[in-house]
Amino acid sequence: MKRLLALGAVVLTTAAMAWAGSDNPPKADGAPKPVITKAVKGEQCVEDTDYMRRNHMKVLDGHRDKTVIEGIRTKKYSLKECINCHASETTGSVAAAKDDFCVSCHSYAAVKIDCFDCHSTKPQGSIAMHSLNAETAHYKHKLAAQATSKVSVEEMAGVAQ
Amino acid sequence: MASITFREVEGSSMKYWLLFGGLGLFVLFGALAWNTMHHYGHVVTGMDNQIVWGLPHVFAVFLIVAASGALNVASIASVFNKPMYKPLAPLSAILSLALMLGGLLVLVLDLGRSDRLIVAMTHFNFKSMFTWNVFLYSGFFGLVGIYLWTMLDRSVKSYSKAAGTAAFIWRLVLTTGTGSLFGFLIARELYGTAMLAPMFIIMSFAYGLAIYLMVLAAAYAWTGRTLGDAVMMRLKGLLVVFVAAVLYFIVVHHLTNLYFAKFHGVEAFILRDGGIFTTLFWVGQIVIGCVAPLVILLSGLGKQRTWIMVACGLVIAGGMAQMYVTIIGAQAYPLDMFPGLIEKSSFYDGVVHGYTPSLPELFLGLGGVAIALLVTTFAIKVLRLLPASLDDTTVAKLEH
Amino acid sequence: MSKLKPMSDQVPASPERRRFVGAATATAAGLTIAPGVMLYQVAHGRPEEQAASSAVRWGMLVDATKCATGCDDCVTACSTENGWTPVAESKHPKQAPQWIRKLELQDPLTQMETNLPMMCQHCAEPPCVDVCPTGASFKRADGIVLVNRHTCIGCRYCMMACPYKARSLVHEDLDDTQKPDVPRGIGCVESCTLCVQKIDRGDGNTACAEACTAAGHNALLFGDMNDPESEISKRLRELPTKQVRADLNLNLGVRYHGI
Repeated sequence: MKRLLALGAVVLTTAAMAWAGSDNPPKADGAPKPVITKAVKGEQCVEDTDYMRRNHMKVLDGHRDKTVIEGIRTKKYSLKECINCHASETTGSVAAAKDDFCVSCHSYAAVKIDCFDCHSTKPQGSIAMHSLNAETAHYKHKLAAQATSKVSVEEMAGVAQ
Repeated sequence: MASITFREVEGSSMKYWLLFGGLGLFVLFGALAWNTMHHYGHVVTGMDNQIVWGLPHVFAVFLIVAASGALNVASIASVFNKPMYKPLAPLSAILSLALMLGGLLVLVLDLGRSDRLIVAMTHFNFKSMFTWNVFLYSGFFGLVGIYLWTMLDRSVKSYSKAAGTAAFIWRLVLTTGTGSLFGFLIARELYGTAMLAPMFIIMSFAYGLAIYLMVLAAAYAWTGRTLGDAVMMRLKGLLVVFVAAVLYFIVVHHLTNLYFAKFHGVEAFILRDGGIFTTLFWVGQIVIGCVAPLVILLSGLGKQRTWIMVACGLVIAGGMAQMYVTIIGAQAYPLDMFPGLIEKSSFYDGVVHGYTPSLPELFLGLGGVAIALLVTTFAIKVLRLLPASLDDTTVAKLEH
Repeated sequence: MSKLKPMSDQVPASPERRRFVGAATATAAGLTIAPGVMLYQVAHGRPEEQAASSAVRWGMLVDATKCATGCDDCVTACSTENGWTPVAESKHPKQAPQWIRKLELQDPLTQMETNLPMMCQHCAEPPCVDVCPTGASFKRADGIVLVNRHTCIGCRYCMMACPYKARSLVHEDLDDTQKPDVPRGIGCVESCTLCVQKIDRGDGNTACAEACTAAGHNALLFGDMNDPESEISKRLRELPTKQVRADLNLNLGVRYHGI
């Protein structure tokens, strides 16, 4: 029993030290940095970027219960709308390739996404064909200009905590 | 009353580590089987949308039922004040905990979303028998754990009877819950009866005791300790009563069904036309599980230890056959949505459903058995669960 | 752009909360939705921010006398709408989910044959909801019995409890073939949803019923059984109907004529 306790203490201490260690700025050449692609449509998300980085899971969680149980299908905080805006231009998906919007960050933060076992990772219809997308074609030049912006590692480490 | 010395098993011999390693290997196979099922989905199993509960459930329910039964020896000692059973009680408690752990692991690792087990622990629907079972299983671990503590720690020994009584009542409720998992189902003809709860309780007495006897005999034989005939003969007598009671319940259940015209179809299926299920019922459940053990135990053969072990093995094999017939046989018989009409569809309506278990299912189930035995093997090494000797003179002194 | 506020889009007063998706999209959607809203009201629809109501009970009338032998348009329509693979194309037919199936019945004595579609009967007292350990199997306020895949653990107890064999487990990975409107996935149980995505959109009909009407059979009629003026209520008043396994007294949302 004492041995077990001792073992537990060692494991906990190691974990705590590892956690404390993550306060130091992570090495730049560690894990590949997430590629955050600017959304295809729209200028601004439903909340500030900072807020969404930290709380997207909470708002999605609240909205999903309202949708499934009560049948409320408002667009704000709806996963479908996230996908409509954030699907990649090349793959048409938020989770098909490793640089796609959702996967890129989640693999960096090592957080498993459960959404796409069930949810489609693509917007309804193909991206250009979709009625909601037709008017956003003119955003494409903006997209091309911004291409992909790399998020600073410090910023991501903050979000991950 | 004479005192009994409990002592750990030394557990340093080659034989011990071979047993330990062998069981560990099956636990590993079980883990691999789960990994396969989890990775590919249930498509790698023999289960489908017709037979939705398969071999893992046969193993899981058998182990859970046997777990509550294995506690009986301890209950007889503390609840019914039979001093002869006192030295047998700690092993009984640890074995029941181990079997319960094995059964539950198989059950939860077979879930379609076994990664979401936390959901089952945080979302409850109190109309569901399954939810009640979650609480019954957790409570079982708690109460039997406390009971075991009162047996092992002299400072809390005075609470032993109270803890033992609580554990005994709890285990009766628990097996009622397990039987009611099936008893509370309206859809299938063979379920939906209050009969299943008491039947599962009496089956648990028989299966649990059979496993207990085999583990006890093996532990004493392999460690070179003395296990007298007094203990064996007493437990053997108990097993006879339990097995006879199981047979009685099976007969009454089927006779009742045979009286109702609406059950004629499903009864004909199990008793006469069901192929593998009919064979398993008559040969497995009735002959191997009940008749043969009764003949062995009641005849002169029952005086020899080897034959008692054979009888225990037969009871366990019969128990597995019974679970197979109860769980899978009931699903194999098609649902009767339109009584009196012949049904046909792309969804296999109106036809008997076939089922071939796959290797991952088998190894997942065997993994549960292995974990139960591994825990027991380890526990008797680190805890003082087994009396140093159970020879006839020591046991005789207890009775006075 | 935000001058043209769509009816359904509630813009909060708080300045830091931003408009959704981008004004252009919202406006376009608003313009198209606005006339649509009028249509919904006629078709028993409701605004998207309003929860499903127990004043409504969605149900279906199946006229087995009109259900054509050999026709499975309802099944095909369901699989297309909801994105499940038709059993004929599945590599594992016994494990393939089937939300709706054609059932052929024959009386062995009289040789009388009957055809009908069988699916979730959307019971008022659903056994699947009673047995579900996590509450994932639930009945929506408007009578639709659904599986909440966020809390389904794949125990299949509901499949053991259903007297209609209406439910299926998804046995393998669906590899992102799902429809955006119909999430469904490995390890979870599923069944007919009465095309809940279409109802919430205000279509007022299910894919199977639409297909049956399109084929000219008119064997399926979908509607609100609580509304005495609805087409289904009127027909149910006139036509003798039965519930399958009426002995179980589950009060079904699907009623059959001609069985």
